[in-house]
Amino acid sequence: MTTLLEVQDLTKHYPVRQGLLLAKQVGTVRAVDGVSFRIERGETLAIVGESGCGKSTTARLVLRLIEPTAGTVRFDGQEVSGAALRTLRRRVQVVFQDPYASLNPRLRVADTIAEPMEVHGIGTPESRAARVKELLGLVGLAPFHAQRYPHEFSGGQRQRIGIARALSVQPELIICDEPVSALDVSIQAQVVNLLKHLQRRFGLSYLFIAHDLAVVHHMADRVAVMYLGQIVESAAKQAVFANPRHPYTRALLAAIPQPDPRRRGLVKPIGGDVPSPMNPPPGCRFHTRCPHARPRCKAEMPTLREIEPGHTVACHFAEVLPPHVAAAEDGIAPVAAQRLALYAAARARRMEGRERPEI
Amino acid sequence: MTPLLEIQGLRTVFRSANGDIPAVDGVDLVVPRGKTLGIVGESGCGKSMLSLSVMRLVPRPGRVAAGRVLLEGRNLLDLSPAEMRQVRGGQVAMIFQEPMTSLNPVHPIGLQIMEAMRAHDTRAGQKELRERAIAALDRVRIPAPARRFDEFPHQLSGGMRQRVMIAMALACRPKLLIADEPTTALDVTVQAQILDLLGDLQAETGMSIVLITHDLGVIAEMADEVAVMYAGRIAERASATELFASPQHPYTLGLLGSVPRLDEAREELLAIEGAVPPPFALPKGCRFAPRCPFAIAACTTAPPPLEEVAPGHFAACIRAPVENSLDIAA
Repeated sequence: MTTLLEVQDLTKHYPVRQGLLLAKQVGTVRAVDGVSFRIERGETLAIVGESGCGKSTTARLVLRLIEPTAGTVRFDGQEVSGAALRTLRRRVQVVFQDPYASLNPRLRVADTIAEPMEVHGIGTPESRAARVKELLGLVGLAPFHAQRYPHEFSGGQRQRIGIARALSVQPELIICDEPVSALDVSIQAQVVNLLKHLQRRFGLSYLFIAHDLAVVHHMADRVAVMYLGQIVESAAKQAVFANPRHPYTRALLAAIPQPDPRRRGLVKPIGGDVPSPMNPPPGCRFHTRCPHARPRCKAEMPTLREIEPGHTVACHFAEVLPPHVAAAEDGIAPVAAQRLALYAAARARRMEGRERPEI
Repeated sequence: MTPLLEIQGLRTVFRSANGDIPAVDGVDLVVPRGKTLGIVGESGCGKSMLSLSVMRLVPRPGRVAAGRVLLEGRNLLDLSPAEMRQVRGGQVAMIFQEPMTSLNPVHPIGLQIMEAMRAHDTRAGQKELRERAIAALDRVRIPAPARRFDEFPHQLSGGMRQRVMIAMALACRPKLLIADEPTTALDVTVQAQILDLLGDLQAETGMSIVLITHDLGVIAEMADEVAVMYAGRIAERASATELFASPQHPYTLGLLGSVPRLDEAREELLAIEGAVPPPFALPKGCRFAPRCPFAIAACTTAPPPLEEVAPGHFAACIRAPVENSLDIAA
């Protein structure tokens, strides 16, 4: 595998000013603070974290939609700056969270999907129209949808339009910023399946920004966990879920209620709220909420270090934490599982008879 | 003993040029004392309209067209507006998804809690109410409640605001708390805190909770009884243990298949095809039939009745249990 995207020490600080005319800087919001990661071709890296952890800012920094304070972004071996930016903006596309806000309400779907091709001077009006039809089919919409306006579509369909637009210029990397968070569960599953299907078909890489660990578990190859502007743990998906080594990752996992009443009462809340990124705590930023915090954590900021090949953690005590009790591999209840299998079979049979693949 | 709340044949409609559009269409539910009833369904299934109907807060041009809402045997739909105001906040309280829009931004949170208390207790003095408001903040585990009393909603985090809403809702010790997506807008670690708090408060006060959510995880964690709603009707109703162990309705199966699980690796999620039908274009028979992989011609002629498929377990599906419907489906 070759590296497609390499991000080094990406940093974004926002000055906080007070006063009207002679505004003085009174502080700094450290939205993203020294984030590094790489994405190989064809893989999905998920960045997870709670609101305000800087995951969306990171996505925008990669695209240069905002200027970083420091750090470098290398795409396909080339540093992104100046002239390289235009190529980057074709080869990297983005799908946003809110399908209601990210489509122009005055443009027909055909124009929305064709716009990136126009911007990059790809094809003729006729070839673009043909491509729009093809793209609509790819994302499970019908050709006649091209002449409609966004308000005529449901949230899930709008997200499909957003995905078609992103695909229009044949990108290699798609940044998905919470692409399914605004959708109902049944629609969320449709869009997740579509994204996975498109990845297999076109060898796409994804930078998948999400707060829902269950969706990440389904989508990602590797996972980076962010807290207050920094990556605190990063590893292959299996390692993060089966053997998390940072207390925050464990807290996140323990907070998810499982769709299974046999596991009731296993949700373990940790105290407190995420501190303000303007005044991050000294030392380890998680120490104010960490159940394992010791004096050293208040004084010294832990650096991200590799504790096993491919598994990095920013915790002084990663090696001496009590062993992680992974969620029991119960799986779904037997009768329910049997009926789900029947459901899957019946669904597959019905879908075979269709003209266009509804994914 | 009569159950705390019993809903019978509730039908809530919205008037339109083309006749009445049903948002809730013939719902029967029981909320036992001291227990939690979870109502699960996707947007547009009528779960919020159902709770607003119980509170008689359906926005115009909607109205409750039929049915009874019995709180300890008393039909809330027959009460005068003044009597209903005493029920709201007094015996039945409600919390919503977005605490920021439910709180008044220009008043300190303490005064807002006092206001709720004063509405139901006109005799208590200012000082006593203040003390009780501080105690209410303390009960929902807000640190330094006396200091927080004078803070404004924008000074609080999302989780703290939801705690204030809960404090306000529980100010008059209601017997029933209706929580409409109380943790949907919150981060997962904060959600865990709020769910934990609700569980503790229920154990403390013995109140019943109606928990409305789209999250099957929250249902599995919190609910004793579960009702699955689809397009204004109950698709399936059972105890939480029974529902997850032996789901009967294909819609319930579809929901379970759509949720990615941490304890299972599946290449593809079992998404439900299509989308929820809008209330003005509902299919004739079973409303789930157009999306159901088990649907047959009979499903599209008449709405399926909600039938008891096992003791205490009801499903509105003529094809349930699905293992008996295989030969015909193929």
